[in-house]
Amino acid sequence: MVIRTEGLSFNFGDQQVVKSLALQVPEGSIYGFLGPNGAGKTTTIKLLLNLLQTQEGSIRIFDKDLRTNRISILSQIGSLIEQPAIYQHLSGRENLLNRALLLQVPIKRVDEMLALVQLTNAADKKAGQYSLGMKQRLGIALALLADPKLLILDEPTNGLDPNGIIEIRELLIKLVNQHNKTVFISSHLLGEIERMATHVGIINFGELLFQGSISELQALSKPLVCVETNNTVDAANLLTRNNFTVTDVTENYLYVPYTTKQQTSEINALLNNNGHAIYSIGKQQKDLEKLFLDITQKA
Amino acid sequence: MKGFILSFRSEFYKSRKTLGFWSVILLPLLLCTLLFFGFYSRSERLHGMPPMMLWIQFAGGILGVMGSLLLPMFTIFIAYSVNSMEHRADTWKSLFSLPISRWAVYSAKYFYALFLIFLCLALFVLFTIGFGNLLGLVKPDLHLDNYHMEGTLAQLYFKLFLSALGILSIQFLLSLLWADFLKPMGIGFVATITGVILASKSWEYCYLFPYSHPMMALKLMPHSTGSAGNMQISIEMFTKDVYVSMAVAVAVFIAGYFIVLRRSVK
Repeated sequence: MVIRTEGLSFNFGDQQVVKSLALQVPEGSIYGFLGPNGAGKTTTIKLLLNLLQTQEGSIRIFDKDLRTNRISILSQIGSLIEQPAIYQHLSGRENLLNRALLLQVPIKRVDEMLALVQLTNAADKKAGQYSLGMKQRLGIALALLADPKLLILDEPTNGLDPNGIIEIRELLIKLVNQHNKTVFISSHLLGEIERMATHVGIINFGELLFQGSISELQALSKPLVCVETNNTVDAANLLTRNNFTVTDVTENYLYVPYTTKQQTSEINALLNNNGHAIYSIGKQQKDLEKLFLDITQKA
Repeated sequence: MKGFILSFRSEFYKSRKTLGFWSVILLPLLLCTLLFFGFYSRSERLHGMPPMMLWIQFAGGILGVMGSLLLPMFTIFIAYSVNSMEHRADTWKSLFSLPISRWAVYSAKYFYALFLIFLCLALFVLFTIGFGNLLGLVKPDLHLDNYHMEGTLAQLYFKLFLSALGILSIQFLLSLLWADFLKPMGIGFVATITGVILASKSWEYCYLFPYSHPMMALKLMPHSTGSAGNMQISIEMFTKDVYVSMAVAVAVFIAGYFIVLRRSVK
């Protein structure tokens, strides 16, 4: 495990914002850390970077205790927290050169990073004049400068347009697959994470509600038979009278829990025989977005 | 130590294009140039004055405002400017998540502010002497070359530097805690005015108030010794107020580190 926390708790005054968190982030994974705004994601990340002092519990990163190995652990982490921290009065290149000086990284890394995040042409422009997407990319270049084993990114796609989001997603997938990094990425949007994450942790009100691989998360969602028909209410009543459970009825669709192929064909025959026009029928996986909402709202 | 040196170099690299850094050079240059032209334009009226008095008047042109206003306000400004760079760029979190000890990051920033004030005061000495000698060259009949006050001036400014340390530590901490310019500036301004009033009224305990120290450093200064033919200005460097200034500086600097450590990094 690259990150392992046990019983990690944190209070701001009387308010407990992180409750007994047990994170397990395997090596080589893209770990999506999900939760609504204010769930405790940024606080957790600040604890992982030792920006906040651990009050209760323990944090082990690269199998070393964070409290006693702060500098050696931080030297292998690149991070981006919320808005990228960029000196506006310096150019993109100067921002990287300043960090290279602090981290004692060879200067040629600066140009490599600029090329990686496609900022070579804008390298000598003042960072204050960068667009939000360019700032975010520069922030990622800063995080990657020292070639860290672990990247901790807090909402890195906040405020980016769809193109920017895709670029960052592809960059992260490349880093994990080709350069053997581990990425810990937080977001409040599951849709954005599910396209790249291998593992997911879902947090709300400071509590970890789910943790596991993305397939384990998908397994949680029960498949449904989705029927599109002309009169969903009558059709739903008919199915209920014939001992089918209808879980949801909308204007155009009705949903029945999926059990077998045979069951789907029975539903089809029953509705057909009773004069209902069926426009479509099929098995549907409950989408993760809905699952995410279910998990976070149940708590 | 390596972390400290790296952080210190980075402070220079970051600030070298800011007004805070350039004011350190431009302020003494501008004021000494103005002084030079002021004296040059009324040089006729200065004829016949003893060179020592001329030098004292020349240097006093700046020293007159240095203790009461210039140095405290400049210290407040520098303490703010090194910290505001991080506030504006929202870089505290990335500074404190570098693989460098927090103590090195914090102290490098403080010592960089200290260095800027030292540099500024050193340039005041340099430019005062430089422009004084230039005035002596273009107006040889003033006989400015008959008196030398380099040593005295250097001592005087060094005492001023020591007397500003208390203010620097306090303002540095205030500027680090508050991103807002008005808070440290407002507190610093009110404290400076209070300090000047206390020092000018010669309140017996004003040596305990850091914002009075620059004013006191000059107040105690001009007592000349020696005969009329061999006038010397003697400066007592380590007076009570200078000790207090240094003690406050060290105490607030160390306390500041623990306050920063305890505070959540935004």
